[in-house]
Amino acid sequence: MSARDEKPTQPLEQLHYATLLDWGTKLGFVVLVVAFAAYVTGLLPAFIPHEQLPEVWGLPLDAYLARTGAPTGWDWVGLVTKGDYASIAGIALLSACSLPCLLVIVPDYWRRGERGLATIAALIALVLLFAASGLLVAGH
Amino acid sequence: MSALLAAAFALGASPAFAADGAAAAGVAWWVWPLALFVVCFALGIVAVPAGVGGGVLFVPIVSGFFPFHLDFIRGTGLLVALASALSAGPSLLRAGLADLRLALPLALLASASSIAGALIGLAMPAQVVQIALGVTILGIVALMASAPKSESGASVTPDRLAAALAIHGVYHDRATGRNHPWNVHRTPLALVLFTGIGVLAGMFGMGAGWANVPVLNLVMGAPLKVSAGTSGFILSLVDSSAAWVYLHRGATLAVLTVPSVIGMMLGAQIGARLLSVLKASVVRKLVLGLLLFAGARALQKGLGFAG
Repeated sequence: MSARDEKPTQPLEQLHYATLLDWGTKLGFVVLVVAFAAYVTGLLPAFIPHEQLPEVWGLPLDAYLARTGAPTGWDWVGLVTKGDYASIAGIALLSACSLPCLLVIVPDYWRRGERGLATIAALIALVLLFAASGLLVAGH
Repeated sequence: MSALLAAAFALGASPAFAADGAAAAGVAWWVWPLALFVVCFALGIVAVPAGVGGGVLFVPIVSGFFPFHLDFIRGTGLLVALASALSAGPSLLRAGLADLRLALPLALLASASSIAGALIGLAMPAQVVQIALGVTILGIVALMASAPKSESGASVTPDRLAAALAIHGVYHDRATGRNHPWNVHRTPLALVLFTGIGVLAGMFGMGAGWANVPVLNLVMGAPLKVSAGTSGFILSLVDSSAAWVYLHRGATLAVLTVPSVIGMMLGAQIGARLLSVLKASVVRKLVLGLLLFAGARALQKGLGFAG
C-alpha cells in the first residue's frame, strides 16, 4: 500500500476569503428563505398582489415596469417591508457577499509584497461596486 | 400532491407548454412557482453528476416551458448559478480545489465583461436573444459532446504572466491520497477567452461553467479537478456583477427567483450524494439531450415557429 501525502495547507488569504464567504452566503440564504416564507404566506404584504402576478410576469421588462410601477435602481429598499422586496434583500445580500471577501484579501496580498494580485482583487471589488451602484441603465 | 399534479398538468396541457402565457390562464398563481421548484430540484439533481452548473439548464428550459418573460428568466438564471457557486465556494477554497491566484485575474475581465453582456442582453429584443440563446445552447452541446478532458496539469511550462503572478499550486486528491503540483500556461489567451465568456454569461443569464472548465483545463493546462473547482469560484464573482444589473433594472421577481434558487440548491445536495451511485456517462447523455431539446425550443421560439 502506497503512502499518502500530507494535505497541503492553503494560503492564509484563501482561508480568510472562504470564512467570510461562508458567513455572507449563510446570512443571505436565511434572509431569502425567511422573507419569501413571509411573502407567500401573506405575513408580509405584497407590492404586487399574488393574484395579479400571472398578468405581469410574462410581460417584457419595460412593459412590466410601466404596468406595475415596480422600482429600479436602489428604490426597492424603500419597499423592503413588502414581502416581494424583502426577498429581494436576500438576493442583494447574496450578490454582495463577495465584496467584503475581496476587500479583506487586498491587505493580505499587499503585506506579502504581492502587489499585482492585491491590485487585481481591488479592481474586482471596484467592478462589483460599480455594478452594485445602480449607475448602469439599459433598456429595450 | 394535488399541487404537483396541477403543475404537471399545466406544463403538459399545451403544445406550447405555456411559454406564450396561454396555458397560464386559469392556473392558480402558486402553481407556477411550485412547478418551478420541482423542475429546479430535478435540474439540480442531474446538474451535479453531469458536471454542469444550474444556469445553463435553467434558462433554456424555463424560457421554453414556463410563462415568465425571458428578461426575468435570465436574471434568475444568473442568481441560480450564483447561489450554487456561493454555497460550494468556501469548501472548494479550503480544500484547495478552487485557487484564488488562478481565479482572480480571469474573474476581473469576466466580471467587467459580464456587466456589458447583461446590458446588451437587456437592450436587445427578446426574439433576437432567444435566437442567440438557441444557437449558443446548441454550440454548448457540441462543445460538451466533443471536448476531451485532461486530468493532469503538472507538465506545462508557466508563461511569463502566470510566473509573475505565481499562479501555481498543489492539490490533494482524496481518492489516491497523493498531492499533485500544477502550473498553468497560455494565460493571456485565457484572459481573452474569459472576457468573451463573461459577455455570454451576462447576456444569457448562464453560469458559463460549461466554458470556464474547458478553458482552464484544456487551454491553461490546470488539472481537471482544480479547473472545475476554480470555475465554480469564478462564477461567484462574475455572476454577482451581472446579477446587480438585472436587479437594478427591476428584472428580479421574487416569485420566480426564490423557488428556483432553493429548488436548485436542494437538488444539488441530492445530486452530490448520488454522484458516486449514478453512472456519470448516462447522466451526461441525459443532460446533453435536455440541452439539445431546450436549445432547439429556444431557436424555434426565437424564429417564431412556437405553437
